Amino acid sequence: MLMRWVLLLTLLGCWQLIAGRADQVFFPPPTEIANQARLLWLTGADGGIEITPSVLTDIVPSVTRLLVAWLAAAALGIGVGAVLGRSRAAMDYVGPLFAFFRSIPSPALIPVFLLLFGIGTSMKVTLIIFGAIWPIVLNTVDGVRSVGQVPTDTARAFRTPQPQWIFGVVFPAAMPKIFAGLRSSLAIAVILMVMSEMVGATNGIGYQLVDAKTNFEYTSVWAWIVLLAVLGYLLNTLLAMIEHRVLRWMPQRAATRQREGN
Amino acid sequence: MRPILRGLVGLAVFFGSWEAAVRLGMVDPQFLPPPSLTFLRLGELLLDGPFILSVVATVLAWLIALGLAVVIAVPAGLLLGTLPAARSVTRTLIELVRPIPPVALIPLVIILVGQGPETKIMLAVYAAVWPLLFNTIYALDEIDPMLVDCARSFGCGRGRVIATVALPHALPFVFTAFRLSAAIALIVIISTEYLAGGGRGLGIVILQAAEGAGRMDLVLAGTLVAGVIGFVINDGLERIGRRWFAWNDTAAAGTS
Repeated sequence: MLMRWVLLLTLLGCWQLIAGRADQVFFPPPTEIANQARLLWLTGADGGIEITPSVLTDIVPSVTRLLVAWLAAAALGIGVGAVLGRSRAAMDYVGPLFAFFRSIPSPALIPVFLLLFGIGTSMKVTLIIFGAIWPIVLNTVDGVRSVGQVPTDTARAFRTPQPQWIFGVVFPAAMPKIFAGLRSSLAIAVILMVMSEMVGATNGIGYQLVDAKTNFEYTSVWAWIVLLAVLGYLLNTLLAMIEHRVLRWMPQRAATRQREGN
Repeated sequence: MRPILRGLVGLAVFFGSWEAAVRLGMVDPQFLPPPSLTFLRLGELLLDGPFILSVVATVLAWLIALGLAVVIAVPAGLLLGTLPAARSVTRTLIELVRPIPPVALIPLVIILVGQGPETKIMLAVYAAVWPLLFNTIYALDEIDPMLVDCARSFGCGRGRVIATVALPHALPFVFTAFRLSAAIALIVIISTEYLAGGGRGLGIVILQAAEGAGRMDLVLAGTLVAGVIGFVINDGLERIGRRWFAWNDTAAAGTS
């Protein structure tokens, strides 16, 4: 762990040295990027340390839209998936349609939602919900179906009441699959947040990123990219922590996680 | 046969109720054209030369990017997987770069490389490399040491062990990653086409139809084409995976 921090600092140091020497506008040194980030987000009108309006008009709306939409997609997706997973006939009816919706490369949906909802917040939220819900639905269906024969028979033999059966047996068994779906959908949600703001928006992280590029402010471009990387890292780590906690009771978790390449 | 029939009924109900909602005046056809008109537009587009060229440009960029990603990631993964020292050094670099959402780099790469097709190919390669690289490394981690020891005691050198034990063992893992990479590469290519206006591409066609006259019929037809491409890729790779790797349950089991 310490070794990795040392390596990280060494890498940043090398970048600093090379970029400082080369004096290239496209690759500013890390200190300059950090300084630009401070100017963009943490400088008051009098030069003191203060949260800038940009944090409130760009970062907060972006993150709120992302989280609200992703949580809505998770709630809807798990609900719909649980219902469909219990009924083979229902899944037969909607399966092909859902498989198609899931296969649409999600940014291809942006123009459709742009025309349906305009460039406001409702466009982004519905777009992210529609784009991110399918991996959750289909993985929940898979997970709910993966309940073994032994638990099913046991629960039957004991005449386990329906709610206890669903929340005590079905959902815990489905959880690993549900979390796999949540992880793919989070990645899609972040992509849709950034892209929808780049293509049709008047505020947000993606909008500012493109705006900085248009105005040839390359250091700002880097600052916004770093912000997105930090945001992506935080969200992924948070989800991994929740997953670890929820699935702690399961044996062999470490092995499964590695196999999925995360 | 019955599940297929039910699927068709599901599709028919979906398109039928959409058509009915527009015909009965519940939705303005300018706002949301009925499926009949969308499919008519789709037919016209498929006979339209420039449109077909745009689709070809997108699919070709996708193919090139995916090929490059495999050529870069799999050997790199084999190298890092077999040399623990190299791995711990590169790991920090990888962890530093990987959380960046690939679409966040689009403006930067446009500044550096320009508006041409090489921009979208570069970004798609970047996005597609990670799943392939990680799954190759993990596949090597999971080899039964008994197999490696066995091969060595029969006199296989390091290269031979990689070729006859490690590579076949890694293939199903690599294939699972290949499916993820194929999906993310297409996503990144269409995204880049929105912002890099130069050249041709399906993304450019769809966005222009939306921004100019707000032609929802064209937008829907174009999105349908993108969906069909995505579906063919996804479904095709799933079938191939099931056929090739019937002997191994890793590739068949991966759904996400």
